[in-house]
This record gives sequence, structure tokens and C-alpha cells, in this order.
Amino acid sequence: MIQFLQNLIDAIALGSIYALVALGVGLLFGILRLINFAHGDFITIGAYALIVPSADVTARLLIGGWPWPVMIPMICLIVVIVALLADALVFRPLRRATSPTLMIASFAVSYIIQNGVLMAYGSRPKAVDLWSGANTQVLIGDLRVPMLQLITLAVTLVLMTALTLFLKRTAYGVQMRAAAEDFRMAQYLGVRGNVVIGIAFAISGILAGVVSLLYTTQSGSLSHTMGVPLALFAFVAVVVGGMGSLVGAVVGGFAIGLIVTMLQAYLPPELRAFRDAFAFGFVILMLLVRPAGLVPARSTFERV
Amino acid sequence: MGHFLLRHQTPMLLAVLLVLIAGATSLSSNEALQVTLTEMFIRVIVVVGLYVFIGNSGIISFGHIGFMCIGAYAAAWATAEPSFKQIMLSGLPAFLQEHQYPFLVATAGALLLAMAVAFVLGLAIMRLSGTAASIATFAFLIIVNSVYSNWDSLTAGVSSIIGIPTVVGSFTAYAFAALAILVAYLFQISRFGLMLRASRDDEVAARASAVKIMRVRLAAFVLSAGLVGIGGGLYAQFLGILTVDPFYLNLSFITIAMLVVGGMASLSGAVVGVVAVTAIVEILRLFERGVPIGGASLGLPQGSQEIGLGIVMALILIFRPNGLSRGREFAHFAGAPLPAPSTAAPVAPPASAPAARPEGIPITDERKAIV
Repeated sequence: MIQFLQNLIDAIALGSIYALVALGVGLLFGILRLINFAHGDFITIGAYALIVPSADVTARLLIGGWPWPVMIPMICLIVVIVALLADALVFRPLRRATSPTLMIASFAVSYIIQNGVLMAYGSRPKAVDLWSGANTQVLIGDLRVPMLQLITLAVTLVLMTALTLFLKRTAYGVQMRAAAEDFRMAQYLGVRGNVVIGIAFAISGILAGVVSLLYTTQSGSLSHTMGVPLALFAFVAVVVGGMGSLVGAVVGGFAIGLIVTMLQAYLPPELRAFRDAFAFGFVILMLLVRPAGLVPARSTFERV
Repeated sequence: MGHFLLRHQTPMLLAVLLVLIAGATSLSSNEALQVTLTEMFIRVIVVVGLYVFIGNSGIISFGHIGFMCIGAYAAAWATAEPSFKQIMLSGLPAFLQEHQYPFLVATAGALLLAMAVAFVLGLAIMRLSGTAASIATFAFLIIVNSVYSNWDSLTAGVSSIIGIPTVVGSFTAYAFAALAILVAYLFQISRFGLMLRASRDDEVAARASAVKIMRVRLAAFVLSAGLVGIGGGLYAQFLGILTVDPFYLNLSFITIAMLVVGGMASLSGAVVGVVAVTAIVEILRLFERGVPIGGASLGLPQGSQEIGLGIVMALILIFRPNGLSRGREFAHFAGAPLPAPSTAAPVAPPASAPAARPEGIPITDERKAIV
């Protein structure tokens, strides 16, 4: 039982990371119908911004060495700038393009960022010790929970609450929801499309920045493709949750976290190496059984 | 007869184009150039295979490189040294373990295995809508990668399969590329091809005209997987050594980039895209190695080739969304009715879109229908 609870906590911690990534992806999908491959690379950029650019094997902390009240906003700011640049340079000229074109364009952005990082920092993974206290165990009853998992969970809750308040209570939030519902109608009613999209990119940048910090603290290493698996799991989370629904993205994120952790824990050892194959096989199954996702969004129903 | 040739000039022109390129490169005795040429022909097979599905159906597949991987390993299982197979690939069935099959058998195996997997997968995912199907193909790519890099007794895991006879040179690769172009062309002008293109342009209207969309999509999916599988089989017998690593996101990106650069709505686009991207990459590679200017050598930093390719692709998407071919087929000689329907390419905004539309409205899949 304890073992199961322990696994459950791991699942929730992993799931909250996926949920944060999926929120960033889902937000843009809701408004732009853009499946943003480059989101994973936004995370990579946030992580690499922590260290001094060089091809050395050992990483020297740059921004990562600053006190955290300065470091966190700084990392988020950098990622937001990259996200806004990507919007301005690539996605804005493509506003009228179809969904597959946008998807391919984001693939191109991702490729450029990855190889840019490769060029500036070299291809070898780097070890980074951001916060050595992260793995301190906290005892809750009989459960041992690493500090970082608690923090991840808390951060996720805070960000989700903040995002919900933003979307429900502020003027821009309402405009953003309107745009996600029906972009054209929202524009006719005076919503400025590029502003709303810019804000969406900025929010997704903030989310990516936070994830990059959480993920780097957890993994302790950097590589130029570190964001790719996160983004892949996030797409899957978005699809499983229901494309275009933010609640769905979060639900999907936790669902994927649960599936992956439980497969890792309960698959027979000789099959454990195929964990990802099972997880993604499950995704295809999920798509077939519930093509609209766990939490279907109203606006994605096909209209004729 | 003359009329027939005029009518079907596209595949011949494309085959001639590739011959001309081969001829031009053979003028230089550069060994590396011959390797590049062979690799380019193999890419033509793969991208034409990709085109058969993506171009005709309008659904982006990121997973076709998985079929290339399947084809490559199928060919390797058939042709690698039996002594190697018995030690390293102990999970193979006896008929593969104990014999070494000739080139054509191996390539047919690559074709059949890829098609069989595509049929099973396609039965499942062809019923999904466009975006969901794209994500599902992605999931497929990851599954293939995960299975092939971990199933040690069949694929030697992360170490490589060696001792595959390297029988594929530029001539063989060219022959198969020309064959792939012909097959893709025949499919495109067939009833199935036309029905599929109709469903791409207007799914509802096609369905109303009694097109069984799932069935035609599945046919294209299986055929395209077969072509890509052949490409994989040839690739294995070209390299002589095989690992899982190359068959992942990077190759997916490059092949899709080729299709987009050329224009994914036409067969000519697929072929031109491969040629153009190969040329761009080679030129950037040349600059990476350093070009002597005056006394000094000007070299671009490592990685500029990839970044350059990414930028070219983004520029093409922005400024020439229908690709270099603009979605049209090659037709040099007049009087030829083009087989490719002249409807808008899947990446193009509808031509009838009202000019007075406020700036910045995305016309997306889901919304196009209500304009």
C-alpha cells in the first residue's frame, strides 16, 4: 500500500510537470490551432540560460547562480522573449496558414533553436547543480517525499490558480477565452488578435521557463534535446485531454504522468525498457476510443 | 502514342531530371559526391513515398520514418552475415538466422513488412481526424524507436548490425527512385488517388459523393509506407551498418522539409524538394568546411547547415506556402492535360477568401468550413 502511495506521489509530481508543459502547448492550440513543437525547445533555452555559454563540459552557472527571486523572473523573461520572437518572426506571417502548415513551421523553429543551442553550447550533456537541497526527504506519515516533488506540486497549483484567475477575471483573459472559442467573431467584437496571441505566447513562455527550472533541478543535467521528450509527452497530454480545452490539457498531463509512472513501477522487468512504447500505444488507443479527448472542448467540434 | 506520352510526361520528366543531375555529378570524380548522389536517390524514394500519403490526403504524417526503420531492419535481417546473426540476433526465426538472402528478396521483405505494419496501424488511425491522426503517427514513430532500440535479440539494441552487403550504388538507387516516381504517379491518376485528393480538398463534399474516405486513405497509407520501407531497405544495403538512431525526429524533419520546400501537393514538388534541399545542405556543408576567400578561409560555425535548413524552410512556408512547385506538376511540352487536379493545395489559404478580412485572422482547418 505504502509502495502504491509512493508511486502515486511520483505520478502526481511527474504529471504536474507534464500538465504545466501541456498548458503551454494547449493555450496556443486553443487560440491559434498551433501545435507548437518548439515549446520543448523554449524549455531547453530556459535551462541553458542558467549557465555561461561555452562548449566546455563543466557548466559554470551564470543566471543560475543569482538569488532565486531574481533568477526565476529572469529565466522566465528570457524564455518569454524567445517565444515572442518566434511569434513575430515565424508565426505572425503565417496567421492565415492552415494547422498543418503551422505545425511544420513550429517544427522548423524547434530545429533552429536546437541547433542554435548546439552551436553555442556544444553537444555534450552538461551537469548542473541548481539546488542541492532538492532531494531532501520530507516524512509525511510513512511516506518519504522529496522536497522537490512538493515544490513542483505547489508551483503547479499556484500557476494553475493564477492562470485560471487571469482567464476568468481580467479583461485580457476574457478576450483570450473568447478568441479560443471563435477567433473571427472575437475580432469582429474588437478583440485585437495579435495582442491576445502575443499574451498567449508570453504565458506559454512563462510556463516553459518555470518548467525548465523544475526539470533542471530534478534531472541535474542539460542537453540540447532535453525539451523534446517533454514536448512529446505534452502533445499527447493535450490530445488525450481534449484538444483546445485547458482543463483537458491539465487532466491529460496528470493522466500521462500516472500512466508512465505506473508502467514503470508495475511492468514486468523485461518489458520495462518498452515503457514508452506502451505509453504511446495507449495514446493511440485513447485516440480511437475517445477522439475528442477526456474533456472535449466545445469549439473543436467540426462544423460544416 | 504521342498523345499518351504528352499526357503522362510528368514522371518521365522527373526521371530525366534525376538522370541529368546524376550526369552532372559524374563529371566530377569526387567520391563523396557519388555517395551524396546515392543518398539523394534514396531520399527521393522516401520523400515520394511520404508524398503518396501526405500530398494526396493532406494529413501530415511524422511517423513514416518509422516505416523506413522497419524496412531497413527487415533488409538487414535478410542480408546480414549468418554468423553475426546467430550470435547477436538470436531472436530471429531460423530461416532468417541461417541464410543470407539476395538483394531483391531483402528489398521485397522491407516492402512487405512496412506495408503489413502500415495496414494494421492504418486500420486504427485512418479513422481519426487530421490533427489527431498526425499526433498518432508521432506516437507510432516513438513506439518504433522505443521497440527497435530495446529489443536486443532482434535489433542488437543500441549497438549496430554490421556486415550487410553494400550492394546499393547510385545506379540501383536511381532505378528504384524512378520506379517510386512511376508508382506514385500511377496512384495519383488512379481512381483511388483522385478520390483521395477530392477528400483532401473538401472532405464533406467527397463523402457526399460516395468516396469511402477511410478506405482510400488506408490504401495511400499502405502504399506510401511500402515505398518508404523500400527506401529504408536500400538505405541499410547502402550503408552496410545499421543503428536505430538515424530513424528519428531529425530525419523526419528533413524529409518533411524536403516535401514542404518542393511543395507537398504535387509529385514534382516532392522530387524537386529533395534535389533543392540536398543542394542547400551540400552548399552549407561546403561553407562549414571553409571557403578560401582571398588569403583567408571563411568557415561557418558547426551547425549552420541545420540552422540554415530550418530558416530556408520557415522562409518557404511564409513566402511560398505552396513550395517551389506551387503545387503544380512539371509539364514541359504543351498540349498536355495535367493529371493533377488544379484545386488549391492543402497549405494554401482559400483563394476565395474575402479581401476585406481583418488582419491576422487565422483560417484554420476547423474554421475554414464556416467562412
